[in-house]
Amino acid sequence: MINFFGTEISFMQILTGVLYLVFAPVIGCLIAGIDRKITARMQGRFGPPILQPYYDMRKLFAKEAITVRGSQELFVVCCLIFMIITGLFFFAGGNLLMVIFTLTMASVFLIVAGFSSNSPFSQIGAERELLLMMTYEPMVLLMAVGLYLVNGSFDVSEIVMSDPISIIYLAGMFIGYMYVLTMKFRKSPFDLSMSHHAHQELVKGLTTEFSGGTMAVLEIVHWYENVLLLGFVFLFFSNGTVLMVAIGVVACLAMYFLEIIIDNGYARMKWQFAFKSGWIMTIIFGGVNLIVLYYLKLFGLIGA
Amino acid sequence: MGVLALLILFPLIIALIMLAIKSDKIRTPIVVGAAIVIGALSIFFAVTNLGSEMKVMWLSAGAAEIVGNAMIVIEAALALLIVYQGLKYKKYLACILALVQTPLLIWFELTKGHDIKTETFLYSDNFSIIMIVIIGVIGSAICVYATGYMKDFTKHHPDAGDRRPFFYFLMFLFLSAMFGIVISNNLVWMYFFWEITTLCSFFLIGYSKGLKEAINNSFRALIMNLLGGLFFVVGIVVLGYFAETVELSSLLTMATEGKATGQMMPFIPVVVGCLAFAGLTKAAQMPFSSWLLGAMVAPTPTSALLHSSTMVKAGVFLIVKLSPALGVNTMFDIGPGFMVILVGGVTFLFASMAALSQSNAKRVLAYSTVANLGLIVACAGVGTAPAVWAAILLIIFHAVTKSLLFLCVGTAEHNIRSRDIEDMDGLFGRMPRLAAFMIVGISGMFLAPFGMLISKWAALQAVADSNDAWLVLFIVFGSSVTLFYWMKWLGKMVAVVANRENIQQNVHNAEWSITGGLTGLVIAFTITFPFFSHTTIVPYLTGAFKGISEANAEALRTDNLIIMIVMVVLVLCLILLLYGRTNKRVVPLYMSGVNKGDDLTYEGAMQKDVPIALRNWYLADMFPEKLMNKIGNIVTCVVLTLTLTYLLGIVLYMLDYLKSMGGVL
Repeated sequence: MINFFGTEISFMQILTGVLYLVFAPVIGCLIAGIDRKITARMQGRFGPPILQPYYDMRKLFAKEAITVRGSQELFVVCCLIFMIITGLFFFAGGNLLMVIFTLTMASVFLIVAGFSSNSPFSQIGAERELLLMMTYEPMVLLMAVGLYLVNGSFDVSEIVMSDPISIIYLAGMFIGYMYVLTMKFRKSPFDLSMSHHAHQELVKGLTTEFSGGTMAVLEIVHWYENVLLLGFVFLFFSNGTVLMVAIGVVACLAMYFLEIIIDNGYARMKWQFAFKSGWIMTIIFGGVNLIVLYYLKLFGLIGA
Repeated sequence: MGVLALLILFPLIIALIMLAIKSDKIRTPIVVGAAIVIGALSIFFAVTNLGSEMKVMWLSAGAAEIVGNAMIVIEAALALLIVYQGLKYKKYLACILALVQTPLLIWFELTKGHDIKTETFLYSDNFSIIMIVIIGVIGSAICVYATGYMKDFTKHHPDAGDRRPFFYFLMFLFLSAMFGIVISNNLVWMYFFWEITTLCSFFLIGYSKGLKEAINNSFRALIMNLLGGLFFVVGIVVLGYFAETVELSSLLTMATEGKATGQMMPFIPVVVGCLAFAGLTKAAQMPFSSWLLGAMVAPTPTSALLHSSTMVKAGVFLIVKLSPALGVNTMFDIGPGFMVILVGGVTFLFASMAALSQSNAKRVLAYSTVANLGLIVACAGVGTAPAVWAAILLIIFHAVTKSLLFLCVGTAEHNIRSRDIEDMDGLFGRMPRLAAFMIVGISGMFLAPFGMLISKWAALQAVADSNDAWLVLFIVFGSSVTLFYWMKWLGKMVAVVANRENIQQNVHNAEWSITGGLTGLVIAFTITFPFFSHTTIVPYLTGAFKGISEANAEALRTDNLIIMIVMVVLVLCLILLLYGRTNKRVVPLYMSGVNKGDDLTYEGAMQKDVPIALRNWYLADMFPEKLMNKIGNIVTCVVLTLTLTYLLGIVLYMLDYLKSMGGVL
């Protein structure tokens, strides 16, 4: 146990944090590889090797170092640093709201990197990324409040270990989160800011002016981010028992598989649809669920 | 306690001196000197008087009587002044409001009020000390900034005429009245200072006499604030008649005891509701937000003063002060707590949405002020210690950051001749220092780990803990919108546009020193605020909310605050150390045509040079400004009507009851 300004941090928490630091990029890379393989099979192609994302990254690092603005690299590195910090907070069991705000910080650095080049394509991508942030942020925050009301704490360590199986009370929030998760994973139909599908992208969106090492860093950011996002899914299931932990892991994998299907099943939607539908889903599923929780709390059925 | 009297009297004396000075050469040193003295006095007062206890300033009965009579005379004179102005510009509503409230108060003072004994006229507790420091430091800093700014303003706006002596008179008078508001325990005195701030803002907004818009907007501000003043008077009269007191502290004691025992005297919600209504008008909450937006026609220092340290802060001060008496007890409670929470929440959401479509920097700032005040008001309405903790932190962070941003925009406006965000394209090339200050200010408004975000986090936590969990919906949507409009502005600031000429050497030194100082203050306070929270805010909360332990008063745990601070330091270090350093080869942009080399033109079809222009995204179809205001105004009007009708019902019931008891009414 370590006492950090009045809060006990167990060695287990530090261990899970370190494990995230080391293995998240590995897992993220593998997920990306499997994603590409499954996608290829769905499209009737053979697909690249599972480790292709890793090879891509190595190749990107080997490219000639060029940039359009001296400041761009700094912003992307900041983005990576804050993405790692976010994951560390999460996997070491920190405060969920802090995790979300730090995650926002990482996204903000990415957008700033896009803006800083003053390139038309990059800027359009950055503004679209911003729109997506505005779309998904309410749902993500609502999810945190929902988990808090059910589990009585914003600390991830408490939420994971506390008795209630959150999804029973938070089914609506879960659906809402699933909906906005497509945006966070940058999957079609909501891959407005940067896409893996070249045919529907404005040049290369936000990443138009990123190249070589900067681009490789961005890939690593995505690996870290995807693992973190699946971690949120896990929170809905875990109550500390082995069974629920196993179900949680399976749910994460199933969720990602679902995202792959959606990604391949839809073309990119217009931003108006992405925004409106995102908020409507948030209000209907997140908002109604919140009000239900409010009454459950009022009648003493949840919370301490 | 002599310092307390000095805080009110010294700015007053300076204000009178200002009226007499016509030359800039003499004025500037006096303004700077006076600002330093006021700042030093406020800090000295803060350092020597901090403590958990409320400190009382004793006045002899005779002295209080004299001051009270003087106030009545001045109030009558002010009412006549308003009537004169109203007749002159044919704004009869202002005349009517003045002619109702002032006679009502004077009648009360001469009859019932005369017999009421007041124990404590002036006091200070930690919250008023915080306000004193905000007013003393930021308010006087803005006066110093004005010495540089007003030179240019007079040059650029010859039609406005040079009324600078009157301008500085109002600025210092404003500071004096603000000090008065935050230390008055006697509500009649507080009302006196309250009315003076209303009048000061009226004259400041109408500074450019030649502009019809300025006159109209100044009267809108006057009328809305007079309406609030009317409710203030009604609150005082009701309190005086039923409780035989006009002291704020007695009102709060009765209210908190009523809340604890469940036996609230029926007139208390009426008084609290009336005072809160006055607070809502002054804090420019919907449906009264239009006066603050209209206030933009005034010179920038006025806007900065109204938005950051004075005027609107008086409104939220009163509401936060009333917070222990607010809160929603039952599901069908449509009393003052309900009113304040909903008006604040709705204002936060819809003002944020209205800001989205604005490209005028000052309008963005104005809407953001309205929205942030809404959040403060909503937190105060929740009426729990952690929510008030968040509210007080918001007040502090907002005062520092918003004054910085207003002054930066003012300086930019004078040098690039536009206050449009679109014209700030590439500001980083033209005025790098100013752009850096603005980036700090903008980050401070919305970005983790800076101040305002911490307050928003605290608000979310406090609200989730309270009985008003539905308020979370307003906060999550509102803060997402906030993110959008600040971020796109920040994007404009960080964009590096090639080949821009540096024009920042024309800026006055007074402006540099103040904007630089405020930038430092934003960062310094972000890093040190847990210390201030422990030493000032927490002791105030444990005093104001009975039965709250020190550990439960803060909405956020210390460990999280420390982590946030470490992150601030990390961001600053990274950017200061690494900004602009690269050993990569710098290449031109991709332009879907041959880049002509300046990153601003490309060779299009038919060998024609095509210039590029980048514009921000305003989503005006999605969030039309007018519609957002309309929805906000309608919803808040319904809420206000509902509550006021309910409160009127209580008054009628009480009168009926008194009559049946053979009462004096």
